[in-house]
Amino acid sequence: MPRRKDISKILVIGSGPIVIGQSAEFDYSGTQACKALKAEGYEVVLANSNPATIMTDPELADRTYIEPLTREYLEEIIRLESEMKIGGKFALLPTVGGQTALNLAVELADSGVLDKYGVELIGAQLRAIKMAEDRLLFKDAMTRIGLDVPKSALVNNLRDGIEFAGKIGFPVIIRPSFTLGGSGGGIAYNREELMDILARGLDLSPVHEVLIEESVLGWKEYELEVMRDLRDNVIIVCSIENLDPMGVHTGDSITVAPAQTLTDREYQCMRDAAIRVIREIGVETGGSNIQFGVHPTNGRMVVIEMNPRVSRSSALASKATGFPIAKIAARLAVGYTLDEIPNDITRKTPACFEPTIDYVVVKIPKWQFEKFPGAEEGLGPQMKSVGEAMAIGRTFKEALMKGVRSLDTGKRATAEDIEPRRLMQRLVTPHPERLMYLRYALREGHTVKELARITAIDPWFLQQMKEISDMQKEIEKHPIDSVPPQLMREAKRLGISDARLAESWKIGDSKGAAEKVRHLRAKNGLKPVFKLVDTCAAEFESYTPYLYSAYEEEDEAPPTGKKKVIILGSGPNRIGQGIEFDYCCCHASFALREDGYETIMINCNPETVSTDYDTSDRLYFEPLTLEDVLAVHEHEASSGAPVAMIVQFGGQTPLNLSLPLKAAGVPIIGTSPESIDLAEDRKRFGKLIEELGIPQPPGALATSVDEAVKGANSVGYPVLVRPSYVLGGRAMVIAYDDASVIRYMKEAVEYSQERPVLIDHFLEAAIEVDVDALSDGDDVVVAGIMQHIEEAGIHSGDSSCVLPAVEIAPHLLDTMREYTFKLARALKVVGLMNIQFAIQRDKVYVLEVNPRASRTVPYVSKATGVPLAKIAARLMTGRKLREFLPENVEQGTDLETGDCYFVKSPVFPWNKFPGVDTVLGPEMKSTGEVMGVGDTFGEAFAKAQLSAGQSLPTSGTVFISIADRDKDGLAELGKRFVELGFNIVATHGTANILERAGLPVERVYKVKEGRPNVVDLIKGERIQLIINTPQGQDPWFDEQAIRRAAVTQRIPALTTMAAARAAADGIASRQGGKITVRVLQRLHAERVAVAK
Amino acid sequence: MQAILALEDRRIFRGKGYGAKAECYGEVVFNTSLTGYQEIFTDPSYAGQIVVLTNPQIGNYGTNPEDNEAVRPFIEGLVVREFSPISSNWRSQQAADEYLERFNIPVIADIDSRALVRHLRTHGVMRGVISLIESDTDKLVAKARSIPKMDGTDLARVVSTKQRYSWNQGPIVTYPAQATKELDPESALHVVAYDYGIKQNILRMLVDQGCNVTVVPAETSAEDVLALKPDGVFLSNGPGDPEPVTYAQQNIRKLAGKTPIFGICLGHQLVGLALGGKTYKLKFGHHGGNHPVRQERSGKIEITAHNHNFAVDPDSLNQSEVEMTHFDLNDSTLEGLRHRTMPLFTVQYHPEASPGPHDSHYLFGDFVKMMQEWKG
Ligand SMILES: Nc1ncnc2c1ncn2[C@@H]1O[C@H](COP(=O)(O)OP(=O)(O)O)[C@@H](O)[C@H]1O
Ligand SMILES: Nc1ncnc2c1ncn2[C@@H]1O[C@H](COP(=O)(O)OP(=O)(O)O)[C@@H](O)[C@H]1O
Ligand SMILES: [Mg+2]
Ligand SMILES: [Mg+2]
Repeated sequence: MPRRKDISKILVIGSGPIVIGQSAEFDYSGTQACKALKAEGYEVVLANSNPATIMTDPELADRTYIEPLTREYLEEIIRLESEMKIGGKFALLPTVGGQTALNLAVELADSGVLDKYGVELIGAQLRAIKMAEDRLLFKDAMTRIGLDVPKSALVNNLRDGIEFAGKIGFPVIIRPSFTLGGSGGGIAYNREELMDILARGLDLSPVHEVLIEESVLGWKEYELEVMRDLRDNVIIVCSIENLDPMGVHTGDSITVAPAQTLTDREYQCMRDAAIRVIREIGVETGGSNIQFGVHPTNGRMVVIEMNPRVSRSSALASKATGFPIAKIAARLAVGYTLDEIPNDITRKTPACFEPTIDYVVVKIPKWQFEKFPGAEEGLGPQMKSVGEAMAIGRTFKEALMKGVRSLDTGKRATAEDIEPRRLMQRLVTPHPERLMYLRYALREGHTVKELARITAIDPWFLQQMKEISDMQKEIEKHPIDSVPPQLMREAKRLGISDARLAESWKIGDSKGAAEKVRHLRAKNGLKPVFKLVDTCAAEFESYTPYLYSAYEEEDEAPPTGKKKVIILGSGPNRIGQGIEFDYCCCHASFALREDGYETIMINCNPETVSTDYDTSDRLYFEPLTLEDVLAVHEHEASSGAPVAMIVQFGGQTPLNLSLPLKAAGVPIIGTSPESIDLAEDRKRFGKLIEELGIPQPPGALATSVDEAVKGANSVGYPVLVRPSYVLGGRAMVIAYDDASVIRYMKEAVEYSQERPVLIDHFLEAAIEVDVDALSDGDDVVVAGIMQHIEEAGIHSGDSSCVLPAVEIAPHLLDTMREYTFKLARALKVVGLMNIQFAIQRDKVYVLEVNPRASRTVPYVSKATGVPLAKIAARLMTGRKLREFLPENVEQGTDLETGDCYFVKSPVFPWNKFPGVDTVLGPEMKSTGEVMGVGDTFGEAFAKAQLSAGQSLPTSGTVFISIADRDKDGLAELGKRFVELGFNIVATHGTANILERAGLPVERVYKVKEGRPNVVDLIKGERIQLIINTPQGQDPWFDEQAIRRAAVTQRIPALTTMAAARAAADGIASRQGGKITVRVLQRLHAERVAVAK
Repeated sequence: MQAILALEDRRIFRGKGYGAKAECYGEVVFNTSLTGYQEIFTDPSYAGQIVVLTNPQIGNYGTNPEDNEAVRPFIEGLVVREFSPISSNWRSQQAADEYLERFNIPVIADIDSRALVRHLRTHGVMRGVISLIESDTDKLVAKARSIPKMDGTDLARVVSTKQRYSWNQGPIVTYPAQATKELDPESALHVVAYDYGIKQNILRMLVDQGCNVTVVPAETSAEDVLALKPDGVFLSNGPGDPEPVTYAQQNIRKLAGKTPIFGICLGHQLVGLALGGKTYKLKFGHHGGNHPVRQERSGKIEITAHNHNFAVDPDSLNQSEVEMTHFDLNDSTLEGLRHRTMPLFTVQYHPEASPGPHDSHYLFGDFVKMMQEWKG
């Protein structure tokens, strides 16, 4: 069946902000879907609230709505779109935007919106979605077709839950319906645990419903990626085996493709089951993910769940096999059958086949518990990882070792980190460091059999780990200068890195150790070759240069003679280094490809667009370590062609490689590694900034507790203390006295001579501003001046900000421009630069300069319609700003944002870490961001809040507590809220002023003053909005208490007057009840018109 | 232990030796299945061949008596990237290494098997030697060149059973939830199966469909077969070149039209020849579990298991007599045919799977239907 001609317009719904359980993989799938549908000539309409995505780039859809993903806004979009005259049917594709899109589709259907506007669901029918998503319907379906499932019951109250658990016996699994990444799920081993997990689950489930289930803990867990077309052809794209047994969410498990420990008989049973499942559930077209449990000693197989959509695992499967599931799913949704779609990679053969691979793929999750003190570190049925790395090797061992070094954890696991006393417990309960403990246990001589019993990990995997650690022991017996080349070759074939070899040779930390090893390899002619990912185990010739390294004989990917640019990606997603950086890398690749360069991407994150094989001319799916990057460079340079490397777009990971790369002779384009280093180096940067006459909060360095205390006193309290070289502000605190400084130095950080602790005077009650700028070394253009909506002290990544800046005096804007120009020139920035300023008492300070692409680049690009990263990439190849932005260069003006306001707001993972401190500070905690667009700051702010899952109240009581500095604006603000119909509750100082202005106020105690205090009111659900601009130590602690309460009650808390006023406007526009949505493409078109 | 693989074109691979400390000779072919190495070891169609498995991790789940396709392995030798020293699966009874050693089959591992596959893909299948004994590569290459060519040799005769036997074992149950149906002797159909190198799963499938099976040697005459009063005759898979197997072709000509016939793989090729068609050798054959095959009538696709170096040339067949029922989507090789007037159909691929997907099990049902209709 060829493509459906009756459909002319298709709405694609994205997955919104990056959150745990729903990450960049949906930008990858959504982008593929949009591209595929556009290529088919459909009119593509896209809705997504996340500006940091490739899919929301104007080119990818005909009309893009960056709007809140709620029923109301979607309905408005659908209304508008269906009013335009269209040639045929209007369809909705809900299967590429994760759980968010799927749930929205269900809501739109149930509420009759789809019928009302005659919108047809394609990809998955409502019935199918419901049967797959409703755990009980699903289980009934499975029983109907004779498949085995864990016993279970659906409950909507505690009593029934406890009763059923009594029947099947503990432990039991608790899983809420319709939540993603298993939010609210858990394992209860006793009544107490059952009570609170159940309570949380019921609360989190949109339908107030949870499933209580027989435990199959410790069983083997498998996933199959299944595709089906309208002619009922079904194929299995990939089988995935979880190394961690049942009980650890697949998103938190180390997973391996293809399955390693199933005989054909068992695998085919699972395949048959999968096919029956997709048919019974009735997913007509596209991809689904089906999870199975297999009993390790009798083979009983149970079906765990099905996701009737593309998923994290299907992104992984696509990258693991080279089979683009989302792209093909989109084409199936519009009527094609699998045999009609060619396999891009082999060209000659069709997509209707089952990929077979001749390598092993390992995915390892990345967790960041260190960011959430108090979070329970154990892994369970609820996903907690923030990102993942994938590695390809010819054997499991090689892939595992590449995967481990792809995680970029900063430190290599060493024996010191182990607590032998806790060995047993650390092995029994799954947790992020379990691999490390396994290696230790193996070294200590624990047997595979024994460890298999303790961990329930399949002995085969443990055997592989044993072989690796045996090899390391063997290596240790031969010092570096007498090691037999053959032995070294075997070690490399097991994937052991130069750095680990150096360690085994006890030259680990000595300078240039890895370099020594590298030279020894060179001497022995030991270097990796590169092989193709081709979907067919070399049976057919393949045309896509999707490559991985291996220590083998034959290299399949001779480099071309074209002039080329290597772009370093950013590795696994993590807090502070997320999708924004992948966005920049992709744009660099797109731009330079247009300019006639061969673009080469190196990255190891399977969730991303950058690791899509058609994003760049060549994709090296490799770890981002010096060793691996150099190997790629050497390989590419071997053709004698000119090669340049870009390290500026991938965030801190490639940046940290820039000096060593340069030292190794790699030509790095853009801002020089020296400048990058200078900007990171406190002392030298401080000197530079002094010379330039730019104010900076006084700072000091400390490598000991005493130095720290001295430093703190010299710069003056409060102080901000943190380690050097960090992104996303890992482990920072604000200290008000010596005691806290000492505690921090003792507990919080590791520091050394070359990595001292940084101490800055903390600018209280300051407004923070982010500035992004483009520079070609001579000319500079300010791309955006973003005013933060939270005060300085809340990490730039965690605070909302607005474009254009509101309420910042023109002379201050000019000062910031001036400083930006000076800094760009002083650092000879070529490409992008990001500066964070703080404005305190009418004075501008520089907080930080990042001579690289920043988190805000995609947001600014969307707000200005100017593709910053693309221009930056071109500047690095020697082109000039005047070519791209002549007016701005001439007149020294910033980029235009037109008549709209653009607000960016962060999204936090609190619901994944019950009980952790939700207070915000200089350490970044948010996982993702959303953007709100409006005619007024207020409207934009309200939208951003809504998209971030926190809607401003339209009535009720507002709590106000204002620092003295802000008291001028207070009366007016108070009046505003009274007019809006709100009651006011205030602390004394604030109340006095409001009363003097003749406003009705209820007084309340501050936290420390007595009770009932503000926190009591919040907990008593007496307050719907919080305005609190703290100053000084006590308010700071008050604010923390208030915030905690606010987050648990899901009440918006605002910490600046700017935010308060914005909220007032936002509330007004919400009361107006009118919903307006804007088309991104049109915004920019209009602006260009205005400009002319 | 050092091991060498030497190809007739002088390409040499050096690796580690496993299995038997021996030397083996054969035509080197590669199989792209991800699972089912034990079924592949024991598939008689591999007689005379050294098998390269593209899945780099082999031996992981060991071996067990249930997964055999014949009483012993038939591959001459094995080539893999990595061979697991341990076996991990609840059904495993013996490590793959010991198993192959027991049957005196050498293994070479730890070589760049992908490079080897690409070599065979470009230059076609060729003869080779695996040796865990000899280290003089010139000698080995010479040996490789002295191996008789597959083309023109009748291996069916060699691997076939020497005397007739009856088979009544149904499908193997690997875990409780999987049920098997009881077969009632009344309605049971009697199938006589020619063994040219038959895989046991074919027999199990026939029993599962409610048949009693009598397996007869490859050279059994049509008369003797008819004397057994079969409700239908099955022509099995098998190794080597179909052309020299003239006795089988003659028997098939005699049987065609007198009783329903179903053929698989070599059986299919023999029917092709018996009906006046020609067979030819593929460059590197089809060996794997992921081949898409289209049913020409319904347009539906089956993912199928393949294992053939030879194929029937569709243009050589008389279209008015024979209907082409299946084609491979990758390279459009003929994969199935049906006679327009006589009760006779065959497929080139392996509906019994084992190893491979079960998409084509329905063909055994078709065979049974055909027999019932014929019986009236
Ligand atoms: N009955 C069970 N016993 C033990 N572990 C289970 C059970 N059901 C699910 N799990 C574990 O919980 C994880 C999440 O369950 P799943 O049904 O996949 O929810 P999600 O929609 O979050 O993926 C699974 O990956 C599995 O490891
Ligand atoms: N001297 C200071 N006074 C007030 N706030 C500060 C100061 N220095 C840093 N901050 C706050 O800490 C946050 C993180 O500091 P920054 O230097 O940007 O680290 P990162 O490298 O993580 O971005 C900033 O966004 C700002 O809100
Ligand atoms: Mg799941
Ligand atoms: Mg910062």
